[in-house]
Parts: sequence; C-alpha cells; structure tokens
Amino acid sequence: MNSASSPAISAEASRLADSGPAIALEHLDALWLQVTGTVCNLRCAHCFISCAPDNDTLGFLSLETVIGWLELARRHGVKEYYVTGGEPFMHSDLPGMLEAILRCGPVTVLTNGTLFTEPVLTRLAAAEAASDYSLELRVSIDGPSPETNDPIRGEGTFERAMEGIRKLLGHGFLPILTAARVWDLADEETVREQFFAALRDVGCERPRLKILPSLRIGRETLRTGGYDRHHLVTEEMLDSYDRAQLLCSNSRIVTSRGAHVCPILVDHPDSLMGPTLEDAFRPFELRHRACFTCWHHGAICSNHGDIGRNAT
Amino acid sequence: MRPERVAVFGGIYSNHLALEAALEDAGARGAQALYCLGDLGGFGPHPDRVFPLLREADVKVVQGNYDHAIGQGLADCQCGYTDPRDNHFARISYEYTLRNTSDRWRSWMRELPPERRILLGGKRVLMCHGSPRRTNEFLWESTTSSDFLDWLTREYEADVILATHTGLYWRRELQGGRAFANVGVLGRPANDGRTEVEYALLSASGDRPGVDVEIVSLGYDHERLAREMQDEDLPAEFVETILTGWWTTCLEALPAKERRRGRH
Ligand code: SF4
Ligand code: SF4
Ligand SMILES: [Fe+2]
Repeated sequence: MNSASSPAISAEASRLADSGPAIALEHLDALWLQVTGTVCNLRCAHCFISCAPDNDTLGFLSLETVIGWLELARRHGVKEYYVTGGEPFMHSDLPGMLEAILRCGPVTVLTNGTLFTEPVLTRLAAAEAASDYSLELRVSIDGPSPETNDPIRGEGTFERAMEGIRKLLGHGFLPILTAARVWDLADEETVREQFFAALRDVGCERPRLKILPSLRIGRETLRTGGYDRHHLVTEEMLDSYDRAQLLCSNSRIVTSRGAHVCPILVDHPDSLMGPTLEDAFRPFELRHRACFTCWHHGAICSNHGDIGRNAT
Repeated sequence: MRPERVAVFGGIYSNHLALEAALEDAGARGAQALYCLGDLGGFGPHPDRVFPLLREADVKVVQGNYDHAIGQGLADCQCGYTDPRDNHFARISYEYTLRNTSDRWRSWMRELPPERRILLGGKRVLMCHGSPRRTNEFLWESTTSSDFLDWLTREYEADVILATHTGLYWRRELQGGRAFANVGVLGRPANDGRTEVEYALLSASGDRPGVDVEIVSLGYDHERLAREMQDEDLPAEFVETILTGWWTTCLEALPAKERRRGRH
C-alpha cells in the first residue's frame, strides 16, 4: 500500500457533519495555485494533505494552465497569489510561473526550502526586482533544532532548510519561517526564541516567523488522534464572528482537478467546487472538522499574523 | 464655491507639532478644505493636543482603527500584531494614549464617519482609512495588485481612492484615469531615513476634468517632539524613529519590499 494514503482512523474523528453554516465568498482576494499537486520530496509526519514523492492524487499544473487561471483571476480583481504544493520547487516551470504572476500581482511561495538552486534563485530575485510587487518565500520548519524538527519532517531536513534560508538571504530575500505548532503551548516563548536564534545563526538579521496551528487531518490524524466530536462549526458559533477571518470567505485554490474551496481541504472530494473559477464563487458549507481550527485561530494562512499566544 | 484644492492628512499619531506645521503649510499652498483619514492618537505624546487643532482648522476627519478603539475603550488598538515584541510596544502606546485622552474627545471620536466623499475637478474622491471596505485593511504598495484597486474603484464608485492605514505613502495610476494613493502620515517618518513626514495635496487640473495628487514632504520641529516623548517616558525606540526616520517597531506587517527598504 502506498504509505501516503491515510490508514484507518477513527470514524468519529473524520466524519463530516450533515450540514454546516454556509460561508459566502465576499470577494476573491487571493488565488492559490497548487502547482505540484500532492507531490513532495518530503513526507512530513504532520502533512495535512499527505504529500509525498509517490502521492500523485493531485498532479502538476503546466505553465500554460497557470497563465490561464491567472487571466481569469485578473478579471475578478484578485489582490494576491499563493503558490503551493506539494513542493513547488519540484516544478521546472516554477520560475516562469512566478515571473508571469509578478507581472500582475504579489505572490507568496510555500516551500520546504530543501530544493533551491542558484540559477533558480538568481532568476527569481531578478523577477522580483523587475516587479512592483513582493515575492514572499515561506519556508516550513517545525522545530528550532534537528532534534525537534527532523522526527516530523525527516532526517536531515532541519539542516537542509536552514541552508535553504541561507541561500535565500544571499539573494536578498527575507524569508518567512513558518512552523506548525507541534510543541506544548507552555513552551511557546522558549520555542520562539530558539527559532530566532536558529535564524540568526544562518545570518538572518530580520527574522520573520509565522506560527500555524496543526491541522489534524491527513497524515496528522495519526500523530494527534484527529478531532473530537465537538470539533465542528455551528451557526451559533458564527454569531458576531468576523467571517473575514476565514480563508474561504476571500480565497479559492486551483489544482489539477479544478477550483476548490481552500488549500486545507483539497484532499477531500467535497472541496472541489467545479472545473471553472466561477463554479467556486458560490458559498461553501463548513462541515469539516478542520474548519473548527480555522474558526478557532482565524486567518491562519495569510502572511501577516499568526495564531498568537493565547490560543489553545 | 467648490474647492479647487484640498489637503488630505493621514495618521497623526499624536504628533501635534507636525499637525501644526501641516496646517500652516497646506494654507500657504492654497488648500481650501482640509481632511484627515484617521488614527489621531498613538505613538506620540499628549494625545489631547491634537483635537483642538483639528477643530479650530475645521479639518474633516475619517475614523481610523485607533480612533475606534480609543473611542470605545477597547482592549487594544486592533492592529492585529502577534509578534511579542510588536505587541509589547503597541500596548505601551495604546495604554498611554487611552489614559491621556479625555472623555470629551473620546466621545467625539466615536461619532467620526468611516469614509468621506467629495467631488474635485469633476472626479469622485473617496477618502477612507484602510480600504473602502475595511478600516483596518492593509493596502501596501508591494502586495496590492492594480487589478484589485481597479475593482475597488468600480465596486465603490470612485475615481480616486485615498487611504493611510499602513503609514507609508505611495500612489498608483489605474485604468480609465483613476488612481489610488496612500497619503502617508504626519505621525512618523516613512521608514526612509529622513525625518520629514508626508501629506497629500489634491488639485483640480484646470480646464479638463481631473485631479492631480501631489505628495508633500514636510519638515517640523521633530527634536522638540522627541524631547516631549522622552519627558512622557515613551519608549526610546519610538523616539529613535522620530530622530532617525527608521521604523524600529511594528515591523512584522511589512511585506518583503517595504521591509527591505528600511533599516530594521
Ligand atoms: S508538510 Fe510540506 S514539505 Fe512536508 S510533506 Fe507536506 S507538502 Fe511536503
Ligand atoms: S477548512 Fe477553513 S478555509 Fe477551508 S472551508 Fe473550512 S473554514 Fe473554510
Ligand atoms: Fe490605522
């Protein structure tokens, strides 16, 4: 059996609610592009879409396909773009895609930082310099040391990602280190300091850090035991709640299958809203347990802001 | 008579000395009406000194997120910082400002409108704090596509949109002769190593319909402001910004390009 597919997990933890509150798309502020599908050179223990070298459930997008989506998105006044996978740097056309996007808007790439090459980084730095817009690189690491990171992301990945950050700094980028909170909340202050120290060790004078909650779906179900029965979003929970906090109120993602509601649920059949962007403009019902994490923490996927220290 | 030239100030952040200088400068440049896009307090000393100046000069004010928070006595400034260091400094200035703003002005701030619209040179000018749809939306130059700004002008039926919230001035020409501008702020320098602050001067462009937006740089007695801040025990980091022109705090929200332009 393919080790990337989800083994049996408790039925309770994965079951969808029969119905849920519908969230309208207020405006398509952000378009996400899953350019390498579920294909990744790593196989992290907490990957919420179970990416792996041999998981091609969702495939690559070609440069032409990306440009096609871009043209559609522009007509709707998209404010910014996100490029993700899998690992986007596995795509040989990534530089061409980012050049095309930077001609019409800002873009953020989510990467594990292990596959940067000098020619690609040189080209990306030139593309950003030629653009009015920022190219942000978000590098995922999950612990401030090999001892804390590698058990989750794989042997040697801490050193490789830090080396990746060093390369980015060498090309003038200011990477955002992104970590899923896989430590105890009580240790947060210490862990933050350790991340900053690790960044300074590779010469980063302006450390940028974003901490995300762990999403207990995909492979992460195994590590955490998934969600509980009460982890669902109800209508009442949205009373006087700022819906703009939820990514699905302002974003959509496109994959090799079409347009989905959000990057978190691409693995789930009901997240696919249709083959065109317009198909994805209708409201989406929050029936998933991962929605509870979004509701609880708010704005977890955008560049600015993380989940703060008071969240549980 | 319709005004032909107006001045639009961004966030004041309690910088009453820069506001005084701006009122004089705008008058000298022939501004016939004065506007302010909100965030009257925070950062600087003696918040109560700003309001009489605004009232006396009949400045028409839009409510910023800070004014909303201080007016309502909310727990924080609603800037949404999560970095512990940014949070620490944001809290110091927020608590200082809340403590030193009198109830009279707090209730005045509660009544401020979220936007103002004028016609200038035959063009519809929309003044807001963050964006027309959200008081605390960040519209940074490097993370806001022109496609999005075009959409805003259509959706909110405006030819010129003015905002201030991010604190950095910039402008962009849009489709059909429309435009967006962040007018900058009077409160603190624009993270560029100069001590001057900015505001915008809008002029009807003569015989044909149109508006020219000019960003004006303004010197003021920043050394005196620094002394007042020190006397009020405000953080040395804030004083440094006033004296050097470089931002030292609340840097987490800056996108890559804007962050690289600064020193910290
Ligand atoms: S978490 Fe990121 S790096 Fe790790 S397997 Fe998933 S996609 Fe790859
Ligand atoms: S996982 Fe989050 S972003 Fe996706 S549909 Fe649920 S609430 Fe919305
Ligand atoms: Fe503001």
